[in-house]
Amino acid sequence: MTKKSIKCRVNGVNREYFVDVRSSLMDLLRGPAGLDSIKHGCDVGECGACTVLINGRPFNSCIYLAVWAEGKEIVTLEGVTNPDGSLSDIQQAFVDEGAVQCGICTPGFIMASIPIINQETPSTREEIRRQISGNLCRCTGYQKIVDAIEKTQKKRIAEKKKG
Amino acid sequence: MYDFNALYEANTLQEALELKATYPHALLLAGGSDILIKLRDGKYTGCDLISIYTLDELRGVELLDDGTIVIKPLTSFTDVAQNPILLKYVPTLCEAVEQIGAPQVRNIGTIGGNICNGVTSADSATTLKAYDAMLVIESQKGKRILPYLEFNLGPGKVDLKEDEILTAITISKESYNATYGHYIKYAKRKAMDIATLGCSVNVTLSGDKSKIERLRIAFGVAAPIPVRGINTEKETQGHPVNAELLNLIRERVLDDVTPRDSWRASKEFRLHLIQELAVRATREAIIKGGGSIDD
Ligand code: FES
Ligand code: FES
Repeated sequence: MTKKSIKCRVNGVNREYFVDVRSSLMDLLRGPAGLDSIKHGCDVGECGACTVLINGRPFNSCIYLAVWAEGKEIVTLEGVTNPDGSLSDIQQAFVDEGAVQCGICTPGFIMASIPIINQETPSTREEIRRQISGNLCRCTGYQKIVDAIEKTQKKRIAEKKKG
Repeated sequence: MYDFNALYEANTLQEALELKATYPHALLLAGGSDILIKLRDGKYTGCDLISIYTLDELRGVELLDDGTIVIKPLTSFTDVAQNPILLKYVPTLCEAVEQIGAPQVRNIGTIGGNICNGVTSADSATTLKAYDAMLVIESQKGKRILPYLEFNLGPGKVDLKEDEILTAITISKESYNATYGHYIKYAKRKAMDIATLGCSVNVTLSGDKSKIERLRIAFGVAAPIPVRGINTEKETQGHPVNAELLNLIRERVLDDVTPRDSWRASKEFRLHLIQELAVRATREAIIKGGGSIDD
């Protein structure tokens, strides 16, 4: 078994981990990093429950080698929550809109929605659906998830305009 | 934990070529969205891997002085779709890769990985074939350049020797200049689906837009490998842009394909799609090229 040391930034903090080279990024994040917002779903890149941001873009951490994280900037749901532990706007919107039922898909959906809610221009519902098409939800029927993302995006764009 | 045996990580292309020469049996890992999933399935248990994913020298798109477009193989689908050079000269390729999977898949999947897999459904393959892309293939012994049209040897089999690596995909200026294309993917779902059929057409029209100077058409899942519609192309050369052209295409494409039954669709349905998509993609390509056509 070969082990390797990996340096990366996780949720804004520089970290170093010593991992088995056969680990996926999900193994690293749920294991040594202790971040269990990442959900272990299908393991084959189909469901999006393990979505994290790598250098700002969503990736499925179950089909990404942990060693590839070297030098990368990784953000998980723990890094989306406000520093004082309270819910961020997108998380609160999921609660308010009823976009959470069993909740296993929620962290993945929120991570996939980050690039959408940070856009400068509003998306159509169809565009939002396309951007969350790599995430599956067996409970909500998606409408309320799209509602939560749409609402947060609108709110952020309005806030930016106000300056 | 993936159950592979050894992981060799290349830090430069030179190292990658050395590793491939030393461990010819090892699988080359580009983005891994195929190999890592098959590992989970137990298909490659105990294999050795050479990772080239972090080789930034194999990433990006360039425009050479003579107008040749060079796409490095590790460029992700997301980067292909957003690349300003490709959007300007070969937007059809950007539109085609936009239809792959979902954002997560387009972020990890690479264009080189997609074509080296050798599957007939690869969304980038049909358009690259329709634009006569060339492949640059390297080993420690040297470099060779091969038309992409000759690369697929059979389902999942490509002309890459054990010590070789694809290092660039090129499209010549002659191939994209004044040429307009359109890609249609027919699939059951809007996202995260493999094409039931893919069709990419591009046309070069005469100056007054009344005639076809060149028409190229390629299909995915219409044969065991992505194929060009050679017969159709020959017969449409110089043809006036009119309804008859579309009828001709509808007939001729049947000589260019050999689809089969699969759980996704029957052979008959695929033949129907081949005719219909060929006509629709041609019409769109002609319209993009400034021509007009009604049928
Ligand atoms: S657990 Fe990673 S996509 Fe399903
Ligand atoms: S809330 Fe249960 S899977 Fe989405």
